[in-house]
Amino acid sequence: MSHSVIARAAEATPPGLARRFKGLSDRAIAWSFVAPTIFLLLAVNIFPLIWTIRLSFTNFRANRPNAEVEWIGLRNYDRILTDSDIWQTMQATAHFLCWTIVLQVLIGFSLAWLINRKFKGNDLWTTIIVLPMMLSPAVVGNFWTFLYQPQIGLFNYVVAFFTGADPTSFSMIGSVSLAPWAIIIVDTWMWTPFVMLICLAGLRSIPDSIYEAAECDRASKWRQFWTITLPMTLPFLMLAVLFRGIENFKMFDLVVQLTGGGPGNTTTLTSIDLKREAFEKWRTGYASAYAIILFVTVFGLASIYVKALNKVKER
Amino acid sequence: MSGYSITEPSLRQKWVAGALVAFYAIVTILPLVWIIATGFKSSADAIAYPPKVVFAPSLEGYVNLFTTQTRQTAEYFASHPPETWYERIVQSKGLTIAGPSRFGERFMNSVIIGFGSTFLSVFLGTLAAYAFSRFKVPLKDDLMFFILSTRMMPPIAVAIPIFLMFRSLGLSDTHAGMILLYTAVNLSLSVWLLKGFIDEIPQEYEEAALIDGYTRFQAFTKVVLPQAATGIASTAIFCLIFAWNEYAFAVLLTSGTAQTAPPFIPTIIGNAGQDWPAVAAGATLFLLPVMVFTILLRKHLLRGITFGAVRK
Repeated sequence: MSHSVIARAAEATPPGLARRFKGLSDRAIAWSFVAPTIFLLLAVNIFPLIWTIRLSFTNFRANRPNAEVEWIGLRNYDRILTDSDIWQTMQATAHFLCWTIVLQVLIGFSLAWLINRKFKGNDLWTTIIVLPMMLSPAVVGNFWTFLYQPQIGLFNYVVAFFTGADPTSFSMIGSVSLAPWAIIIVDTWMWTPFVMLICLAGLRSIPDSIYEAAECDRASKWRQFWTITLPMTLPFLMLAVLFRGIENFKMFDLVVQLTGGGPGNTTTLTSIDLKREAFEKWRTGYASAYAIILFVTVFGLASIYVKALNKVKER
Repeated sequence: MSGYSITEPSLRQKWVAGALVAFYAIVTILPLVWIIATGFKSSADAIAYPPKVVFAPSLEGYVNLFTTQTRQTAEYFASHPPETWYERIVQSKGLTIAGPSRFGERFMNSVIIGFGSTFLSVFLGTLAAYAFSRFKVPLKDDLMFFILSTRMMPPIAVAIPIFLMFRSLGLSDTHAGMILLYTAVNLSLSVWLLKGFIDEIPQEYEEAALIDGYTRFQAFTKVVLPQAATGIASTAIFCLIFAWNEYAFAVLLTSGTAQTAPPFIPTIIGNAGQDWPAVAAGATLFLLPVMVFTILLRKHLLRGITFGAVRK
């Protein structure tokens, strides 16, 4: 394999094509290769970020581009941090985040642990389980509203089948108490395979020899699980939680299609609230301050978490 | 593998594990099966109570998905008998086809924007990944982290200034604008994934080529690129799936010309509320390619979803 590549490289006559690059030093190539990427990211990410910071100190409204823009200092930030509605939104987001992570870690880890038994056909089942994760959350979320309909929806019917409850007696997305769980169920359905795949990689990274040694020392299976399996998959598990945490903090498409934030404000997660402020109420300055607060929160939490993750890895 | 291993699970354990996993897989696939099945139901069957598992297949949903229809009188039908199978389906409900729907257009937008942005982000990503992998780039780690951190921003937060920027540049609701935006969003993924793939190609190959008189650029195109082909292909599929599925930017920045399928499919409305067979038909056509790609990609799946952090 390696031989043929070198041979192929040697056989081809060094052509005059790309002669322009011939004189380029490694340094020049390095820069010309990296520059377009960095430039594009600066233009589409950093420049807008700076613009957002600037806007956050003003009362600018994007639907009135000609109105006079006033510099109002920190008033937007002050209004957001003292607004009780926003704290309610944060609570809804925290509820969604915590429960999706707990459920996905529990189910995902258990599935990975089972799949690691290497039974027949496990590739096939794994592939089937993984499918929901790759699909468009907006399109799938929209269809789930159909599955959740009382009477005609499959979900209610399946629940009724197992519990004996009347399928018309509850509406997952219409009821204030059930709606937060409706979004948790769909997110868990969709993203459990993600956690599962990462845990599976973790479980497979543990060499058999460790278990063999434990077996020789007559450690019980239970003890092996707590002293070998769990600690050795922990870094993987934490990585999965990091990804899910960031993704679900940003959650928009799935939930906006499922419940649109309702009923009332029960499932209004921060991204949905932000979208309303920015693109429905057109309070651009206020929404910019809101966006900055969210960004700082994600970034801050993620960096603390990554530090903890690195500590676990070093152990 | 021969002989007895104490770490090998017993046959009974395997059976129980297999049964539990199979049960989960069947439950988890149900909603997807239901989408595909609903696409082939008639409107009456789709909203039947209890939900129908066995039904007479109908292409009504697909016909509704691709056409717009208007009501007509009995006299009109008497003078215009239906000529094709789809006209017959429509006429059985007292309607006639008025023209094509926008679904085809929206689907094509998804294709154009998806492939355009994938090509660009993989192209730029390969160059950057090669440079990060092989050369001493000052502040390399910081730049790599910066590239990754662009993914942490909630899309809605970036959407405000991008909306303003696109408006002043005339890029709102254009294919070019969306391609540019998705390229930028996907760059973090493509650089990180491709750097991992290129890191795995031994440097000796290029060194041999350089000794043979190749320039660095030729060594890159003639030696490294063919070696990285699998990695580039799977990165491209991940980028494509992301662009294909993206909703937040699409719903905020496009409304007509450049609108992709995800914001469009949920807005398919029938005569009374949402036309579920048509929605399901649209969803099926939209989701199937991704399912096929997922099956093709299953070996690299883990790597793709973790930005190359876990390689198996």
